[in-house]
Amino acid sequence: MTVAATKEYVGVARDRVGNFNGKQLVYASWDHHLLFAAPFLLYAAPQMSFRELVEGPLTALVQPDPDGAAIDWTQVEWLKSNQPWTPDFERSLADNGIGHKDQIRFRTPNLTTLAVAA
Amino acid sequence: MDMKATKKKLGLKEKYRVMTRDLGWEPGYHTKEEIFPYATYEGIKVHDWDKWEDPFRLTMDAYWKYQAEKERKFYAIIDAHAQNNGHLNITDGRYLSALKVFLQAISPGEYAAHKGFSRVGREFPGVGTQVACQMQAIDEIRHAQTQIHALSNYNKYYNGFHAFADARDRMWYNTVARSFFDDAMSAGPFEFMIAIGFSFEYVLTNLLFVPFMSGAAYNGDMATVTFGFSAQSDEARHMTLGLECIKFMLEQDPDNLPIVQGWLDKWFWRGFRVLGLVSTMMDYMLPKRVMSWREAWEIYGVENGGALFKDLARYGIRPPKGWDDAEKATDHMSHQIMLGLYQWSFGTSLHSWIPSDEDMAWLSAKYPTTFDKYYRPRWEHIRKLAAEGKQFKNFGLAKLCQTCQLPIVFTEPDDPTMACHRETTYKGEKYHFCSDGCQHVFENEPEKYIQAWLPMPALFAELEGDIGKWMDWVSLRDGQDNGDYVGSVDQRNFEQWRGLATSNS
Repeated sequence: MTVAATKEYVGVARDRVGNFNGKQLVYASWDHHLLFAAPFLLYAAPQMSFRELVEGPLTALVQPDPDGAAIDWTQVEWLKSNQPWTPDFERSLADNGIGHKDQIRFRTPNLTTLAVAA
Repeated sequence: MDMKATKKKLGLKEKYRVMTRDLGWEPGYHTKEEIFPYATYEGIKVHDWDKWEDPFRLTMDAYWKYQAEKERKFYAIIDAHAQNNGHLNITDGRYLSALKVFLQAISPGEYAAHKGFSRVGREFPGVGTQVACQMQAIDEIRHAQTQIHALSNYNKYYNGFHAFADARDRMWYNTVARSFFDDAMSAGPFEFMIAIGFSFEYVLTNLLFVPFMSGAAYNGDMATVTFGFSAQSDEARHMTLGLECIKFMLEQDPDNLPIVQGWLDKWFWRGFRVLGLVSTMMDYMLPKRVMSWREAWEIYGVENGGALFKDLARYGIRPPKGWDDAEKATDHMSHQIMLGLYQWSFGTSLHSWIPSDEDMAWLSAKYPTTFDKYYRPRWEHIRKLAAEGKQFKNFGLAKLCQTCQLPIVFTEPDDPTMACHRETTYKGEKYHFCSDGCQHVFENEPEKYIQAWLPMPALFAELEGDIGKWMDWVSLRDGQDNGDYVGSVDQRNFEQWRGLATSNS
């Protein structure tokens, strides 16, 4: 069953990439660092390199966390759509296979300042 | 010619028959299917509409009389409240945020329920049902009006009340409630009755109204207590209607059971997400707290809800699918949402604040297994940032749930350190969810939810991320309606006026 309806019912997806002025949405989050209440919503051009995304908006956004300045981006573990994944920092988001509304996650197992209190 | 004398008054039973069941007729020149085209497509089978029992047997003339009496009492108190500066009797200006949540997220829901009941009153073929829905439609619009009227007095003095309708439609923390009603109103009449009449009015209404109304009483807000009382006797009737409707569906045909159960699963979870706002109000926004959200859940969710589902077990109904996840979320949700409201407070039409030492002591006593372990370290760090002059503002905004539309602030049911990541692909598009419950709702009717207007993506699609334009569009006045309570115009005014009322300086 898709939708109970009196006749054939087809919806139009509201947040298609074509509605985002040539750009796209990318969701990014830092595992176990929940000072940030939800995954970030980033608005980026698909031609932007992964390095620009990380060293630009992502680095700026994580600074309020006490571990923010200590992240070594070459060492973090990455996931895309919840699967382990290795980005190429020099290539674009599109070439890295980061599509519209994709969720990327990163892990820093050694940085745990605000983790669970003892 | 002598007129034959008629009996002056009808008996109660006769009056009920004449003024409800007798209002129906057998159509002569259209078929019933043409007149009631939405009565069957949801798959609910009804064999005899006359089996509908109206436990209140209320007729329109009596209804007008009762409601008029309540209106007179209500307006007498509201006028007194306005004339006596009742707004200065509240415990603290922070309490106003609880009222803003109510006015922005909940009161417009009353209006939506009014529209919905007007519609289903037309769409149901049974006369008893039509009359009951019509009365509830009038109740709901009265509730919306009395609430807006009562709170309009606060709008004369404080910020964040003036554009509640825009805030309701467009503001990211309110669309959880808006989407709940939009979803119900775009469903068929039977699903609407389960969504509003049963889940909202019966399963959840105590958790929604009791905390706000007792919260109002505890915090000196007579205006809100008054509209609570004025609505209370209606709510009893609504709850009975909701329960009657579910029993009617289940008794009419055994094929109705799986459909009804599916709706219960869906609408319990959708309602539980709306309660996220209520939990935050209870645990964080009331200067003088009634009970914790956890305690309210124990009484009204676990005990009352549990008893209800036990009672319905004889029809084959089991507790809603999300029940266990809800229980696990209860010790976390208010903290998770308040952390979000605070870090995105540049985009809220209400004030939030960092809990004081006393607040945190209360929270750790009420949430002994979770607050100190998970949430206190975050608040203390946020407090440290504020002390250094760096108020924590998260300009990264948030990924929203495609179904409930809340920012995905929730964690895995069994791991409170791990954000809940759920996604699916439908017709080549990615969709994200805050929970298994919301993902299930989507997957049952994807064509419906792919159309959802999500407030944060819309900021980029429609306004290319321009926050200033967005503020204009949601009628948010920067520096007045938003931000930390400490240092706000509301705080300054409340303290100054209260000072004038209680001291000589």
